[in-house]
Amino acid sequence: MKKRKVYLDYAATTPVDSRVIRAMMPYLGEYFGNSMSLHAQGIKTSQAVEKAREIMAKALNAENEEIVFTGSATESNNLALKGVAEANPDKKKIIISAIEHDCVRNSAIWLRGKGYKVVMLPVDRVGKIDFEQLKTEIDEETLLVSIIHGNNEVGTIQDIGKIGALCRERGVYFHTDASQSFGKVPIDVKKMNIDLLTASSHKIYGPKGVAILYVRDGVKINPIIHGGGHEGGLRSATVNVAAIVGMGKAVELLKNSKAQNLKIKKLRDKLIKGILETIPDCWLNGDPKERLANNVNISFERVEGESMLMELDSRGIMCSTGSACSSNSLAPSHVLLAMGLNAPEAHGSLRFSLGRWTSEAEINYVLKKLPIVVKKMRQISPFKSFDKLKIKL
Amino acid sequence: MRQQFSYSKKVLKHFKSPHNLGKIKDADGVGEVGNLACGDVMKLYIKVEDNKIIDVKFQTYGCAAAIATSSITTDLVKGKTIEEALAMTNKEVIDSLDGLPPIKIHCSLLSVDALNEAIYNYLKENNKEIPEYLKQKHERIWVLQEAENKAEK
Repeated sequence: MKKRKVYLDYAATTPVDSRVIRAMMPYLGEYFGNSMSLHAQGIKTSQAVEKAREIMAKALNAENEEIVFTGSATESNNLALKGVAEANPDKKKIIISAIEHDCVRNSAIWLRGKGYKVVMLPVDRVGKIDFEQLKTEIDEETLLVSIIHGNNEVGTIQDIGKIGALCRERGVYFHTDASQSFGKVPIDVKKMNIDLLTASSHKIYGPKGVAILYVRDGVKINPIIHGGGHEGGLRSATVNVAAIVGMGKAVELLKNSKAQNLKIKKLRDKLIKGILETIPDCWLNGDPKERLANNVNISFERVEGESMLMELDSRGIMCSTGSACSSNSLAPSHVLLAMGLNAPEAHGSLRFSLGRWTSEAEINYVLKKLPIVVKKMRQISPFKSFDKLKIKL
Repeated sequence: MRQQFSYSKKVLKHFKSPHNLGKIKDADGVGEVGNLACGDVMKLYIKVEDNKIIDVKFQTYGCAAAIATSSITTDLVKGKTIEEALAMTNKEVIDSLDGLPPIKIHCSLLSVDALNEAIYNYLKENNKEIPEYLKQKHERIWVLQEAENKAEK
């Protein structure tokens, strides 16, 4: 019997849609030209890149010139924070949330080392920032506010329209990392008053190695990579044509994403409900409602995430964990800790992220296997209860 | 610049089907080390007869490496004299598992600590002479755990 494989780690990365691969192929073979070349090969590839740019701009309600292709969402976030800081040396305060992805967080920490004041806004138990606190934190010194749209670990969605309006009114730049939310939550950079936005290709069934930074016309920003002046001077490097064409195609395919997201959301809720009902001593992390359609994050008491992950993997189920034991730092997820979980509660978390090809049969399979795994790991554990450690909600 | 680690087949085998899992109700010595903040807690039980460890069991909360190192430690120590058991190093644990990813080396130290603590507990309970280095090690483990528990609070 062929072993069942259930991939529930779409938030880590998605497979490339076959239609995307087909769209990319000519640009790996026949049309190989450098998009900066003036000859026929160059014209062909630069046209393809510009078409992808147009698709990206339309999807965000931006102008074509406002889309900068980069090599990754990490690079886009680095460019947003460091590039804006570099171009606006008068103001030295940057506000981020306590649950940013490491690429925003560590860019901000790097800037702190360069003399910037970095404020990390705390979040509540479900991972929402306190809007009133943001209001009081924005002062004369503030240059930039960077708040993640849909959180990668717990799926909580922030009200970026409200944050954007506030930042615009106060005259500070607003950047949002939409790597996880783009394609799942509608985004209109004009309506939402967004100055800079990061979106990634490999989270939406496009290839890895390409992302964008939307930079509103008028935002003062310097490049962090210098060279031949590609991408309006903001990102030098020979243009990764095939990947960009792939990202464009992936975004084009999102046109029908509304129905798909609804289907995924239904499966997500089935998985959440099923787990909470069948397994004792576990709870959902993140906002139950304002939540990415594909995110399930659950903490299991008295079990450690990495060992659960390994057990599930041996049964063909692939997911991820916020446990320290799966990271290089041996510290548990800063996102879960910021939400008020203690270390053992963070160690016991699992994230299942659903996607385009997740089926009901797969969810049923997880619901059948997961209770067995949790039970097994709890039997190995010396603890019968974490009662004394439990935090009051 | 190696990026990803992977577990050896032996680690995965011990993790999937741990040996000597559980509790010894009338244990002669029990050692508990690690802390919840770090995500590893090991509890090791020994049964001693004529200075020999005749039975050993464990319970572990932790990652796959923590469970595998606990399991192999019980295998290695069963049938050994107290002196032989005390001479065991974490290198033996690692070698018996065909290696551990560098970031998981601390798990092997933890399992040896658990064993040493169980022996310390046995010697103390039976009013036997405790070697000086074992006393010192017990102090060190105890002080460290207290400090970490405080930091967690």
